[in-house]
Amino acid sequence: MRLFDPAVQMLRGLYETMKQMLFNPVVTVQYPEEKRKVSRRFRGRHVLQRYDNGLEKCIGCSLCAAACPSDAIFVESSENTDEKRFSPGERYASTYEINMLRCIYCGFCEDACPTEAIILGDNYELSFTDRQSAIYTKDFLLEPVRAASMLTPQKVAAGAYPRSVPEMEDPSF
Amino acid sequence: MTDLVTLTIDGKQVSVPAGTLVVEAAKKVSIDVPVFCYHPKLEPAGMCRMCLVEVGLPMIDRATGKPVLDDNGQPKINFLPKLETACTNKVVAGMVVKTQLTSEKARSGQNSTVEFLLTSHPLDCPICDKGGECPLQNLTMEHGPGKSRFLFDEKQRLDKHVPLGDLIWLDRERCIQCGRCTRFQEDVAGEAVIGFAERGRTMQIVTHSDPGFDSVFSGNTTDICPVGALTTSDFRFGARPWELDEQASICTQCPVGCNVTLNTRREAKADGRIVVKRVMPRQNEEVNEIWMCDKGRFAHHYTDAANRIGKPLINKDGKLVKASWKAALDLAAEKLSASKKNLIVLASGRLSNEDLFNLKSLADGVGGQAILYSDMGGGEATLPVGLSDGSNLGALGKGDAILVVASDLYEEAPIWWLRVKQAADRGATLIVANSRGTKLDKFATHKIRYEHGQETATVKELGGKNKHADAIRKAGNLVVFFGNDGMGLSGSTSLGAACAHLLKDSDHIGRPNNGLVGVWPRVNDQGAWEVGFRPSVNLAEEIKGKAVYIVGADPAGDNPALAKALKSAKFVVVQDLTHTATADLADVVLPAQAHTEREGTFTSGERRVQRFYSAVPVFGEARPDFVITAQLAREMGYILEGSSVSIVFDIMSQSLSAFEGLDYPLLAEVTVQWPEVGHGDIYYGGTSYENKKGLGAHLSSAAQRGDAVRLASPRANKLPKPKENEVLAVPVTKLYDMGNTIASAPLLDGRVGEATIALNPLTAAELGAAAGELIRVGWNGSQSEVRVRTDASVAEGVALVPRSFGIPVYEPIGLPVRTVKKVKA
Repeated sequence: MRLFDPAVQMLRGLYETMKQMLFNPVVTVQYPEEKRKVSRRFRGRHVLQRYDNGLEKCIGCSLCAAACPSDAIFVESSENTDEKRFSPGERYASTYEINMLRCIYCGFCEDACPTEAIILGDNYELSFTDRQSAIYTKDFLLEPVRAASMLTPQKVAAGAYPRSVPEMEDPSF
Repeated sequence: MTDLVTLTIDGKQVSVPAGTLVVEAAKKVSIDVPVFCYHPKLEPAGMCRMCLVEVGLPMIDRATGKPVLDDNGQPKINFLPKLETACTNKVVAGMVVKTQLTSEKARSGQNSTVEFLLTSHPLDCPICDKGGECPLQNLTMEHGPGKSRFLFDEKQRLDKHVPLGDLIWLDRERCIQCGRCTRFQEDVAGEAVIGFAERGRTMQIVTHSDPGFDSVFSGNTTDICPVGALTTSDFRFGARPWELDEQASICTQCPVGCNVTLNTRREAKADGRIVVKRVMPRQNEEVNEIWMCDKGRFAHHYTDAANRIGKPLINKDGKLVKASWKAALDLAAEKLSASKKNLIVLASGRLSNEDLFNLKSLADGVGGQAILYSDMGGGEATLPVGLSDGSNLGALGKGDAILVVASDLYEEAPIWWLRVKQAADRGATLIVANSRGTKLDKFATHKIRYEHGQETATVKELGGKNKHADAIRKAGNLVVFFGNDGMGLSGSTSLGAACAHLLKDSDHIGRPNNGLVGVWPRVNDQGAWEVGFRPSVNLAEEIKGKAVYIVGADPAGDNPALAKALKSAKFVVVQDLTHTATADLADVVLPAQAHTEREGTFTSGERRVQRFYSAVPVFGEARPDFVITAQLAREMGYILEGSSVSIVFDIMSQSLSAFEGLDYPLLAEVTVQWPEVGHGDIYYGGTSYENKKGLGAHLSSAAQRGDAVRLASPRANKLPKPKENEVLAVPVTKLYDMGNTIASAPLLDGRVGEATIALNPLTAAELGAAAGELIRVGWNGSQSEVRVRTDASVAEGVALVPRSFGIPVYEPIGLPVRTVKKVKA
C-alpha cells in the first residue's frame, strides 16, 4: 500500500483545493479597480465639513491641535467680517494644516471638535513622495462644494451672524 | 508692628495682621477660596458671591464680656446663619472659618454661585481668547455643578462685539459683573473712564471717554478680567494661550524697565517664523507690580518691523549693497582705524549695558569720543545721588515726599506715574512742579507752576524757606523725579544738578527710598550714563569731518541739521535693527539683533539692573551689538569680550564701582513676592506672569558707598528771547509718538494721531487760530502741518511742540509766527 501513498496524498490535496475554489466565497478584492467597503466608524483621511450654505464648520479654536497626541495639527485663526465670511461666528481658521506623516488616525481631533467640523472620513488612499506634500492644507481638507456660490469667503448681509459660535445642540438631549 | 489675630480655617490655626481679609488669611495656609471679584491689588467689593464660606465667631457672654465655654472648656462658636463672603470679611480673633474643603454648606453655596454665573454666559470658550487661562473655566471645572437647571432658551443675549476704543474689545455676554476693571480704573489708575450702566441682569460695562477707554493702563483690565469679557485687539484670535511659549524680558519703551513676559509662537502669517504674539506683565513688586502700560503691551512690533536689516550693507557708488560680514567689518575697521582719534561713537539708550560698555571701551581705546544720543542731560547727578539700593516706590507713604519736576510722568513713564500716584494715595506728600498742567496735578499735595527757564531756580527755592521747602525738609524719605519737559539738553543738565543739590542739602541721599530719578527718553539711558556716555550739546559740529560709528540711533531721521552734518562726516558706520534715514547716509550698515533675540541687561531710571532673555530666533544674519563692537575692535587691534554677554557684565562689574558685586546669577535671583500670582491660581491675581527669571538688583550710588559726593553746580538756563511775532516753542514728550519703536504698531495709529501743538487760548486767538484747526508752520527751511490744541495751563506766548512728530524742536527756540497760516478748519 505504501506504493500508492504519494498519489493518495496528492489527490487529497487536490480535492481540498478544488473544494475551496468551487464552493467557498471569494475574499480577494481586485484593488484598485474594486474597493472594499470600510466600516462605519473607520478613521481615514480628515475632511473639514461645511454647513449646507457652504460656510465652514471650523471656527479655528485649535482644540483639535491641543488634543492631537502626535502634534500633527497646526491651526491659526483670524476674524470673520461680513464682507469676507468663512464661518458663522467671529472666528475662522485662516491656516489649517495636518501633517499626515505624523497623524496616527486616533480620531481625538474629531472628539475634541466643538462644532463637528473635522471628521475622519473613509479615504485611506494617501500617498506622497516628499515631506512637504505630506502636509495637507485647508483647501485640500475642506469638503468640496456643490456650487461656486457656496465657496468661502462669502459676502453676507451685515449682522447675519451675531453669535460668536454657532448655536449647537445641547449634548444632554 | 500691627497686631496679629489668630483664627482657625478648616482646622488650621493661622495668625495674620489685623485687618486681613479671610480669603487672604486662607491663602497664607495654602487654602484657596475661589474668587472672581476679589483681587489682591483692589479694594474688596463682594460682587460675585463666589467666595462663600461658613464663618463662626466665639460666643460672648453679654454680662461678663468673656467667651462662653462649652463642656470641653473650648470657646463656644456661634456660626452665622448664612454663608459669608471671605473676600469682604476681616479676620476676628477666635474666628472659625469653614471653606468648601470642610463645609458641605459652603461647597453647595459656591456650586450654586457658579450655576448662577453661567446662566447667561455664552459658553463660547472655543473661540474666546481667555479660554485656557480663564478663571471662570477653571473654577467651573473645580466647583461648578456640571449641569445647569436653567433653560437654554432664556439665556440673556447681549452685544458680543463691542469695541471699547481701538485697543480693547468687550463681549457683554461674557461679563460676570465683578467690577474688577472698573475698580482698577477708578482706584488703581485713577481714571474712571469705564463704568457700569443699567442694573441687575442687564448691567453692562460702558466707556465714558472719547476716544473710548482713554487710559494708558487699559490693557491691565484684560489681565485681571476673570472671564473673556475684555480682550485686547492686538492679540485678538492670535493664538490659544496653551500654544504660547514664554520668555522673561524687559520692556524697552521707557526707563521704568517693566518686567514683562514675551509670549511667542510659530506663525504661518509670518512665513513660519517664531514671533512675539503678546507682551504680558511679569510680577516685580518693586518695579511694575503686576501692571504695565499700553505702550509696552502693544508697541512691541518694532522688533519684527518690515524694514529690519538682515545682512550687512556697504555703500558702493552711492548705493547700499549687500555684503558679507567679513567685508563689512574689514571696511569699517579700516576706515575707523584710519580716523584715529577723530572717531565719534554715537549710541543711544536703546542698547544694553554690555553693548554700551563695549562701545565705550572701543572709544576709550582709540582715543575717540563716546557720545550719548539724547536730548536730556543731568545724568552726572544720578550717578552719585541716584535712587539708592533697597529702594521701592511702593514703600513710600505717609511722612515721605516725592518731587516731580519738569516731567509729565503719565506721558513719559506711565508706570512711575501709577506708582507715584499710589504713594500719594497712601499719604506721601507729592509736589509737582511744571510749567503747565499735567495729569499728576490731580493727586499733588503742592502744585508749583514756573515760567519756562525758571526750572533750576524753582528747585533752588525748594531748598529755601517756604511751605514747599518745609515739606521737603520734613520728609522722612524723598525721591525726586526730573525730566526734560519743555527743555533741551542744557536745561535738563542744569535741572538735574539742582535736584541733586536739593537732595544733598536736605540730607536725602545714601539711604534706601531716597535719591534722584531721571525720567529719560529711552530704556537704558541710565546705563549709558553709568558706563560713561555723555550727550553733546553741539552734536552737529562734533560729527562734521569725523568718522562716526552710530549705534541704535537715528539722528538723520530726527533732525535735518544732523542729517546735514552726517553728510559731511568722513565715514559713517550705522548699526541698527531697521533701515533708518541714518542708514541711508551710511558707508557701512551692520545689522543688530533686537533685545528679543538675545540676552543682556538694562539699567532702569531707578538704577535697577535687570536681565532680559532671548525669546525668538535671530533675524537674518544680525548679531548682538556687543559682539559686533568686539569684532570691529578686534579688526582695529583692540581686544574686547565678544563671545559671552555675562563675561562682558563681569568685566563691567570689575571696572565700574556702581556695578561691583553684581553678576548674572545674582540678577536672576527671585524671592517670594506678595501677592503670589501666576501659579495655578490665575483667578487670584489675573494672567500676569510669575517672576521666575530674576528681580534684578540696584546699582550702588556714591553716596551709599560712602564715596565723596561731588556735584556740578547748576548753571542758569538762558532761554532765547522770542522776537516780535514769535512764540517760544518748547519740546514736550508724548507717550505715543511717531518714533521708530511705535511706527510698526498700526494698532496705535489712532492714539498717535497727528502732530499737535498746544497753545494758550489767548496766544492762539492772537495768532488767529482756533482749537482743532490745521496750520502750517515752517522754520529752518522745513515745513510741517500741525493741528492746534488749546490748553489754558500753557504759558502765554509758548507753544508746546511734541517730540518725534517730525518737527525738529529739541531746545526752546523762537518760532516765527508769521509763517503760521490756516490751511483748513
